Parts: sequence; C-alpha cells; structure tokens
Amino acid sequence: MDSAKRLGRRLLPQFIALALILMLIWMVFPAFFSLAIQNGRLYGSLIDVLNRGAPVALLAVGMTVVIATKGIDLSVGAVMAICGAVAAASSVRGDPLVLTLVLAIGTGLLCGLWNGFLVSVLNIQPIIATLVLMVAGRGIAQLVTEGAILTFNDPGLIFIGSGAFAALPMPVIIWFVFGIAVAVLVRRTALSLLIESIGINRRASTLSGIRTPVLLMAAYMLSGLCAALAGLIVTADIRGADANNAGLWLELDAILAVVVGGTSLLGGRFSIIASLVGAMIIQAVNTGILLSGFPPEFNLIIKAAIIVIILVIQSPKIETAMTFFTARTKGVDKAEQQTR
Amino acid sequence: MKFAKALSCATILAACTFGTASAADLTIGFSQIGSESGWRAAETTLTKQEAEKRGIDLKFADAQQKQENQIKALRSFIAQGVDAILIAPVVATGWDEVLTEAKDAEIPVILLDRTVDSKDDLYLTAVTSDLVHEGSVAGKWLVDATAGKACNVVELQGTTGSSPAIDRKKGFEEALKGNDNLKIIRSQTGDFTRTKGKEVMESFLKAEDGGKNICALYAHNDDMAVGAIQAIKEAGLKPGTDILVVSIDAVPDIFQAMAAGEANATVELTPNMAGPALDALDAFLKDGKAPPKWIQTESKLYTQADDPAKVYEEKKGLGY
Amino acid sequence: MQNSPNNILVASGVVKTFPGAIALNAVDFSLRRGEVHALLGENGAGKSTLIKCMTGAYRKDSGGLALDGVEIDPRDTLDAQKLGIGTVYQEVNLLGNLSVAENIFLGRQPRRFGLIQTAEMNRRASALLDQYGIHINVASALESYSVAIQQVVAIARAVDLSGKVLILDEPTASLDAQEVEMLFRIVRGLKEKGLGIVFITHFLEQVYDLSDRITVLRNGRLVGTRDTVSLPRRELVTMMLGHELLAVEKEPRQTGSEAGPVRFRFSNYGKAGSIKPFDLEVRKGEVVGIAGLLGSGRTETAELLFGIEKADSGTAEIAGVPANLSSPRAAIANRFGFCPEDRKTDGIIGDLSVRENIALALQARQGWARPLSQAEQVALADHYIKALDIRTSDREKPIRLLSGGNQQKAILARWLATNPEFLILDEPTRGIDVGAHAEIIRLIEDLCAKGLSLVVISSELEELVAYSSRILVLRDRAHVAELNGAEITTDNIVNAIAASSVNKGAA
Repeated sequence: MDSAKRLGRRLLPQFIALALILMLIWMVFPAFFSLAIQNGRLYGSLIDVLNRGAPVALLAVGMTVVIATKGIDLSVGAVMAICGAVAAASSVRGDPLVLTLVLAIGTGLLCGLWNGFLVSVLNIQPIIATLVLMVAGRGIAQLVTEGAILTFNDPGLIFIGSGAFAALPMPVIIWFVFGIAVAVLVRRTALSLLIESIGINRRASTLSGIRTPVLLMAAYMLSGLCAALAGLIVTADIRGADANNAGLWLELDAILAVVVGGTSLLGGRFSIIASLVGAMIIQAVNTGILLSGFPPEFNLIIKAAIIVIILVIQSPKIETAMTFFTARTKGVDKAEQQTR
Repeated sequence: MKFAKALSCATILAACTFGTASAADLTIGFSQIGSESGWRAAETTLTKQEAEKRGIDLKFADAQQKQENQIKALRSFIAQGVDAILIAPVVATGWDEVLTEAKDAEIPVILLDRTVDSKDDLYLTAVTSDLVHEGSVAGKWLVDATAGKACNVVELQGTTGSSPAIDRKKGFEEALKGNDNLKIIRSQTGDFTRTKGKEVMESFLKAEDGGKNICALYAHNDDMAVGAIQAIKEAGLKPGTDILVVSIDAVPDIFQAMAAGEANATVELTPNMAGPALDALDAFLKDGKAPPKWIQTESKLYTQADDPAKVYEEKKGLGY
Repeated sequence: MQNSPNNILVASGVVKTFPGAIALNAVDFSLRRGEVHALLGENGAGKSTLIKCMTGAYRKDSGGLALDGVEIDPRDTLDAQKLGIGTVYQEVNLLGNLSVAENIFLGRQPRRFGLIQTAEMNRRASALLDQYGIHINVASALESYSVAIQQVVAIARAVDLSGKVLILDEPTASLDAQEVEMLFRIVRGLKEKGLGIVFITHFLEQVYDLSDRITVLRNGRLVGTRDTVSLPRRELVTMMLGHELLAVEKEPRQTGSEAGPVRFRFSNYGKAGSIKPFDLEVRKGEVVGIAGLLGSGRTETAELLFGIEKADSGTAEIAGVPANLSSPRAAIANRFGFCPEDRKTDGIIGDLSVRENIALALQARQGWARPLSQAEQVALADHYIKALDIRTSDREKPIRLLSGGNQQKAILARWLATNPEFLILDEPTRGIDVGAHAEIIRLIEDLCAKGLSLVVISSELEELVAYSSRILVLRDRAHVAELNGAEITTDNIVNAIAASSVNKGAA
C-alpha cells in the first residue's frame, strides 16, 4: 500500500505529461480515443500508440537499468538490426521458429556481453564502449542480410510483429509483460538497491562487497536482450530485415524515454515503469503528429518543442518551486527536498 | 597520352577487325558509393554484368560512403592508366581537383546516377534518371486509372528535404494538375523505410475514416509502399482494389505484391546506369562523338499487366 | 563594539530559515582587521550557513551585514568576491587539470589582442606565490601538487581577488603537520597585512595555535565570542557541546596479550610498490592502532588487509586456517569490514537513504536473490540509528545530507550489520566534530569489549594511545616499530615516527 503510493507519487509528473499530450492530440484529432474491433482485435489510434511504441518501450527497459549504473548503451539500435537480420536469415533458411527466436535473442545477449565486457572489465567509458557496436553493428547486420531487405514468410515469426492475442497486438503484450516482469524482478529482489548503489558510487559499492563487474555485465546483457526483442518486433512487423533502417536512431528515443521518465543520466535512482510511460509519451507525440496532418517539415520541430516543454515541467527547479508552493499552503512536511 | 593511345588502338581494332566489339580489351575503373541499399547492390551487379557482356576489364572500388575513398580510387585508376572511369559520386561537391587530374590524363569520366557541381567539361557525361519525370509517370498512371472519377490520394514522402522526395512530389503534382477529381488529402514522410511507411499509413487510415475516405496511395519508393500495403491489409481493406497503390523504384518485392494484386503500378528507377554509359563511351571512343552532357535513363512504368511474377524472377538475382 | 572602526565585517541579527528548520537565529558576528577569528561549533550548529550568508551563497532572510561600515547584500559568491570577501573550502574547488597560473587567473587572464598571454600570466603567478614563500612551476597542472599547495594556490587566488576578508573553511582537514605549519605561516602573513580571516576547523590545537578570538555557535544561535587567550580549553568544549565532554584521554588499556589466542595472523604480508612485507597479529577483542605520517603506508596497509589491493607476498590466516583475501568480497566473506578514510568517494552512497546505506553490505553479502525485506531494513536501520546515535531527521534521508560524523557512524553501522569479526577503521574521526569524535571513540571501545578485532588507523595520537592494545608505527611504506603495554605513549609514537625522518626535507 505504502509502496504503491510512493510509486504513484513518483509517476505523477509522467502521467500528467501523458494525459496532457493525449488531450492535445484529442483536440486536433477528435477521433483519437475511438476504439473498434476489427479482425478480432482492437483497432484505433490509441492502440497504434501502444503498438508503435513497443520497440522504444522495450529498449527503454534495458536503457533504464544501464543508465542507473551510470552507463549508457548507444548500440541498441544497431543490435536491433543485427538481431532482426539473424532472425530473418534463420527463418529464410527454414529453421523452426523456436531456433530462430533462440538465435536472435542469443545474439542480443552476446552483443550485451560484449558491451558489458568493455565497460566492466576493460573499464572503457560506456559512451565509447557502446559506440563501437553502434558503428560496427549495422555493418554486421548488412553482412547477414547481404545488403538487401531479407524477407521471410514464416507465419510464426510474422505473428510476433502483427499478430494479436486477447484482442491486443502482440508487440503491446510483449513490451507490457516483459517491462512489468523486469520491473517487478528488480524491485522484488535486491537488484534495484545494488544497481542504484553502483550507479551512484561504483568504488564504494565494490568496497561494500557488491559484485560490480557481474552486475554491470548483466545490465548491458539485459539491454541487449531488450534490443533483440525490439529487433524481432520491427523485423516481424515488416516481414523483412532492413539492416540499414531497423532501429535507426532508436537508441536516442530510448534514452529520451528514460529521461522523460525522470531517471537521471547521472545514474542512481531509476524507475522502469516511469521509462515505459516515457516511451508512450514519445510515441503519443509521434502518432499525434502523424494524425494532425501538419506538413512533415514541422514533425521534428513540433516533437522537439513538446519534449522541451515536458522536460521543463519535470525539471527539479520547477519541482522545487512546486514543493515550495505546496509547502507554503499545506504546511512544512517535505522540508528536506528544499536542500537539494 | 594513354587516352590517345587507347583511341588509336580502338580505331585500329575497329578498322581491321569485326566492327562492334571495339570496347573489348578496355580497362575501366568503377568507383561505387557503397552498398547502402538493395538498389545500389543491383546497380553494382548490373554494371559488372554490362562490362562482362562487352568484354571490358572492370576495376571495382567500394568507397564505403566516403568521398575521400572515392578520390583515392580515382587517383589510383588514373595511375593505373585505365581507359575510362565510371563513378557514382557520394556527394556533389569537391570533385574539381581529381576530375581535372583525370582530364589532364585524358581519361574520360562518366557520372552514374548522381551529378556533381563541377564544370561540365571535366566529365564526359552523366547518366541519371529524372526524378521529376518519375513522379509524373506515376501521376499520369493514376490519372488514367481513375479516369475522371473522384479520388482522394494519400502520399508517403521520402526523407524530408532529400532531392528524390522533393522531385518525386513535384512531378506527381504536375501530372495531377488540371484533374480536379484527384486530390492529395494527406502527405507525410515515411523516411523511405518500410517500418515508417507502415506506421504512417496506419495513421492515415485512422485519420481518414478507417481508410474508407482514401482511394489511392502514392509512395515515393516501393519499400514504403510494401509497408503501407501491410497496414492496409491489417485495417481490413484490400490494397490494390480498395486503395490503389502506385510507387517508384521497381524493386523485386513490389512485383510480388503486384502479382498478388496488392499493388497496382511502379515506375522503374533502373539500376542499369552502366548500359547507357558504356554505349555512350563506346560511341565516343569509336567515332569521337561526344555524347550529350546528360543521358536520361528510361523511367519505365510497370503494371499488373506486365507479368510481375516474371519480372520478379528476373530482378531477384540482382542483389536488391 | 559593533561599530568599532577596527571592525571590517559585521553581521548583526542574521536570520536564515529553511522550510522546517531555523538554521540561523539572530546571530551576531564581527571580524576585526588583522585578526584570525575561529568560528566553532558542532556540525549543524550553523557555521556553514553563516559563512554562506556572508559570501552570498545564501541570501539571509533578515539581519544586517556591513563591510567597512557599509551595508552590503551580496547576491552571489562572485558579488561577495568583488566586494572583498574571498572563501577557500576544505575541498579545493579549483580545476585540477589546469595549470597553477591558470587557476589563479581564471576568468581574468592577462590578454593582448584577445589572446591570453601565457608567459605574462605565469610570471605574475610566480611573483604572487613567491610572496607566500612558495616556489613552484606554475605552468604545471594544479593536481600534480599536494593538497597543501593547492590550498595555498586557492588562498592566493582568493586574496588576490578579494583582499579584505578571507574565509577558510576547514583548510587543514587533509593536511599533515608540516603542511599545516606552512599554511599557518601564510595565514599569519596575511594577518600582518591587515586582512580579516575567518577560520573554521575541528582541531582545537589549531584554534589555540592560530586564532585571536573565538566565536561559538550552537543550534543556530550565538553562544559567545571570546578572546582565545582567556578561554580555557575545557570551557570552550563546554561552550560547543553545552555539557562537559567525557574525558577522552585515560590510562592505556591493559595489553591484549592475555586476551586470548591470535585470531588474525598476517605473515610477511605485502605488495611490491605499495607496502613492504609486514607481520600483523590481532587477537579477539583487541585494538591494534596504526600510526604514521600521511604517505607512510597507513592506507596501503588497510587496503591490503581488506583485499582492495592483492598481496603479492606472505600469507593470511584466520584462527590458524589460511584465508583468501583477494578481493573486498572475499574479505567480507571472512567477516571483515572496512571504514575508509575518504568517506565521500569510498564510503557513502550519497543519494541512497541512510537505511539503504546501512543495509548495503549485508545485502551484498546475501546476494541479489535474497533481498532484505523493507521491514528488515527498517528494523536494521532503526536499531543502528539508535545504538550509534546517528542523528538524522529521517532514516529515508539521503545520506549525503548528513554531517560527516553521522555519515561515519552510518558506515560503521553498515559493517556492524554484517556481524563482523574484524574491522578496519581508517581515520574514523577525521573531519568530525568534537561531540561525534568522543562517541566514535566510545564505540570503538564498546566493539572491542564485545570481542571484535579492530585495526584503527589514525593521525590523532592521543586517541590511538587511549584505545589501542598495541600500536604499529609506519614510516616510508614499511612497518618500523611495534609498541606494547606501557610503551604506548604519544612520545614514543612520535619518536618512532621521527626516528629517521629527520633527513626528510621540509615541504
């Protein structure tokens, strides 16, 4: 009960931002909230937001944990392309679906292991370490697809991208179940405490007996796993592996989702749920722009403006001002927030 | 010097042996941008095929998207004393110096697929498609196909600000001019990718009454059309019937869709730039006849009537 | 007195409130020309708030501040600097990777045609530092010099910029005796020139050594301002604490030799380039003190014992069984604990709560899959907050907001929660106010009585004498002497340290 309340308070700014965005879209596009059942699945713009937001939501799960360790993973977009290519190549070769999935996910974990090795064992700065795979990754994906869009027809693999279960598109179910599962895992075990500790003070954490290298490696592997799932979804969605474009720039959207979710890039305190909401905020903005019918030249400007407004609203200064205001009116209950 | 020698050699060959095989024994350098897309891979394949057909020794250099690599490749071709150079320039600027070096060495240079902003006496000719023309061929098809019936068109643009997006939009709009039955009701960028094409088409469908308000889709490339076709199907409509689909590029996958009745027409951006280029070179070397400074490739229209299944089989192996 | 023309800076009735707390309650303070004025008080007394109000880091809520008789209200530290008030903090806040000269002239480098004249700048920096008797290469990076030199550079910059009032906030906290002497020489020089100097420190000896007057704050209120010469030490401590401090210095404990068999035995233990091989035996319930100057190998010894550095010679045995101490984790598995000297970088996890900081080591040992429940963590935290008297308004408060002494106690609690048998404390009382100081010493004695084995490193020799069963003396990265029983006196320690360090040149 108490922790639910705390979570609610933590997520409040994100939910307010999301609600504002949805209202804004509703104003330019009144049919936004209308839902219908079509071909046995829910159909509507709201579902599009949930569905299209799947890759960024999944990436944000891993990115949140990596950022909490004071790291960053720039390679996720490229890892998506690699894993998608591996899945497509495996499917084209006629492998059974299970093997295809195992190969793709294994590739993602391997990519994460590589990043984790560079960061935790060789002590390379995360931004540089993951840049390696970000640059090289698309080349690797192109080697797998041989430069072309590798198309496949396996209905099982396609189902992951455009199938539906319980009237919901598969990608929605995947990111939701996976995201919640990871969030629960880290909160119900001591992982959140240990990860936050590493992110705030790595040396002191090691001196306290935390297995820092192992946990760092695990964080990057989780990020690789998330990228593999996201890669599977985008590949299955278009029934083909596009080495050049799959996941292009999505690492930045994922980082943005984490930031919009209120997790500091300096590491430490994190919330996976908040990042998921952040991913939905970003996708709502994207979908809203498409629905609005503005000329495409304005897309990026509108997106940037909205994101800036959201970040300003969430900035500690505004928060402090708000706390100050409420403290004035409601009495002094949260005094120590002032000293931040 | 070399150029003159090659010329005389070619003339001698032409004079004393069998007429048309004059290009034989030529060595030609080809500096390709890279392999960033299936189309480019097909261009490389076709260039190699065309050279082989003519008995030309083709020296191939992949620049990995870097101009400095292309300049290095050109210098190395010049040093090797090739008879001619084909280049697909990665950017438009910064070629004056190396093109002058080629000119001084009397090696003719032919630009493929893209142009440069150097003075046109620095290269023999440029073989490119006409992007505006491609758009207008697609537009004309739609004008004919709708035959005066009222039709709302949605447009999937290429990457905002890129020249194919600007020109293909312009050509299409020009072709539609004067046909008041055709109206572009929505236009949004799909970044030339399948994923974005699908996502944007989904939003078009939602925004236009579940797609009932849309009669045709024009996509600036086939990849976006392929993505959009999936979105249309998932919305419970029949692409090709409920919503006409016309796009540009003629990559193999669109022929599969056409064979299945899910796409209606595509305009070919031929990857065979080398064919016309080598023909022009041949004529130049044989008769000294300078080709025009711009050779426009054919923008051929393919429809469901053109046996798309067969075209797919032909195109499949080109590396798209 | 407030209006005496000799006063350079006068604060009267300064009030500063934070939501939920009154940090300063009508505090008066006056600083004379050419005096060193010590500002004392326990952590939380309001010293730093007062300083920050005077230097513009905070805006006071009410009250007056006059410099040279003119009312001022600095908006920020830059403003205060321009008015003539300069500040030097404990952690030198200069830029370590820039040169000494660049640091001194940062933001006001001599220019010609818009270009920085490096040679001119270096010449002027050298000249400036010469006045302080410091002759160093000013073109070298600041961080290549000792903290003491960095302090002097910071002082030189502050005086050059401001020139009327200099505030020194715990400048000596990380300096050794010689360095402190050098710093004091410089401060006295500045005093001769007529500067008013505010001096904040925890070292009472230094207060008596350097200051002319003393102002004591307690709980945000002024306790009093006195002339140093007429204020006995005991009375000063009483002013600070509000009650008489328990006598810290007492007769040395009985030697632990009869306390039981040796439990922890390190033989010929060492690491090349770090510390020469040494022998160390610790019995159950025994405190072994380690004394030595900074850089003598004290911290290196601690890091070797705790597995932060791997020993490359010798063996470690626990109760006669060889033990693996190849990493902190391995050491912890053997029930070791380590309170490091540098709390900020090696100890606390600043943004985590007091509760989480206390639970951390136990949780790390249990592994991620067996979490301590919220209730267990709360119980653990509450127990130690009470047992060690950790002063915090809330166990959920981020630990970085606590005072140094309370942070130290929380880290001690982190280890006690793991139920350790062997604790290594590196400078447990450094940078801690007098009250907390005494409590930490009492804690050490309690732990020892409970049967823990402790190794305590400290530069406070009286402390070591008070609680150690044995004392090891280090010099030049080697263990040079061991004092037992009646030998344990400060004189003997000093003699052992000084035995051959006479040939060590002055700083």
